[in-house]
Amino acid sequence: MKARVVVTLKDGILDPQGTAIEGALKSLGIAGVNNVRQGKIFEIELATNDPITAERLLRSACEKLLANQVVENFQVELR
Amino acid sequence: MKAAIILFPGSNRERDALRAVEKIVQAKPSVVWHGEHALPAGTDLAVLPGGFSYGDYLRCGAIAARAPIMDAVRAHAGRGGLVLGICNGFQILVEAGLLPGVLMRNANLRFICRMQHLSVERVDTPFTSHYAKGQVIKVAIAHGEGNYVADAETIARVEGEGRVAFRYCDARGGREGNANPNGSVNDIAGIYAERFNVLGLMPHPENLIDPLVGGTDGRGVFESLAGFNKEVRAC
Repeated sequence: MKARVVVTLKDGILDPQGTAIEGALKSLGIAGVNNVRQGKIFEIELATNDPITAERLLRSACEKLLANQVVENFQVELR
Repeated sequence: MKAAIILFPGSNRERDALRAVEKIVQAKPSVVWHGEHALPAGTDLAVLPGGFSYGDYLRCGAIAARAPIMDAVRAHAGRGGLVLGICNGFQILVEAGLLPGVLMRNANLRFICRMQHLSVERVDTPFTSHYAKGQVIKVAIAHGEGNYVADAETIARVEGEGRVAFRYCDARGGREGNANPNGSVNDIAGIYAERFNVLGLMPHPENLIDPLVGGTDGRGVFESLAGFNKEVRAC
C-alpha cells in the first residue's frame, strides 16, 4: 500500500526559505502570491494492505523521525 | 579522565576535538563509531563533534540522533556523565532530546563562517570554570542551521534556570546590531542540560586552542574540563 506523509512547519515558526521563495516568485512576475511556506513530502510504500496498521506505523514513523514535533506538524494520507 | 569522541558518517571535526582533548584535557581520547552500542568502560566525557552527519539529510542531526550509540550517550548523561556537543553535535543533542529546543536554518539563509564573540554567562560548570563570568571570548562559527528556537515556556525555563551557557555578542559584550549571526532567540549560542553535565554550543572552541590559528580563547572550555577532572579525582 502506498502512503504520503506531509510535514509542515507549525504556525508562527519563522520560515526564511518560504520567504525567499515568495520573493523569487514575485521577481519572476508571478503576481498575487501572498505567502509561501515550505514543507516536505515523503512517498512511502508499505508492505501491509491494512489501513489501520498502516496509519499506526506511519504515525510512529512521524513521531519518531520524520517530523520534529517541536516545530513541525504531520499529515498521513493513505493512497 | 577518559574521553570518547563519537564519529558519525559525515562528521568532519572529530580530529579537531580529539586534538583539543588530547593536548589540553590530557584525557585519553578514543574515537567511537556511531554503530557501537556502548561507550568504552570508564568514559567520563563524550564529545559529539562538528560536521554534516548524514549530509544533514531530513534535518540536521536527526538521523545521527537515532544512531545506536546515542542510547549509551543518553544513559551516560543520565548517570551525570559529561557530554559536549559542538555545532552538529549540538544539533544532534537537541534532536536526541538531551537538550531542549531546535536549531533551525539561519534567519538570513546564509552559511556563516567567521570569527564570533561570545559572552560566557556562568563559570560554575565543568565546561567554563577557567573563564571569568561575563568574559567575552572570540571563537569561530561555521554553520547554516544555528538559529536556536524554542517555545516561550521552554525559553523562560532555560533562562530562569540559568542554563544559557554562551550568548552571541560583539567585541565589547554588546548585543545590538549584527552581533547575533543567525537569529537565535535571546542570542543563545549554547545551553546546558538541567544538571549542567551536558553542554551544546554552535561555535567551535576546539579550533581556537593554538596561537598559530589566530586565537586561543577556546582553550578555556578544555582547561575547565581538565580542572574538573582533577577536582573529581581529588575527592
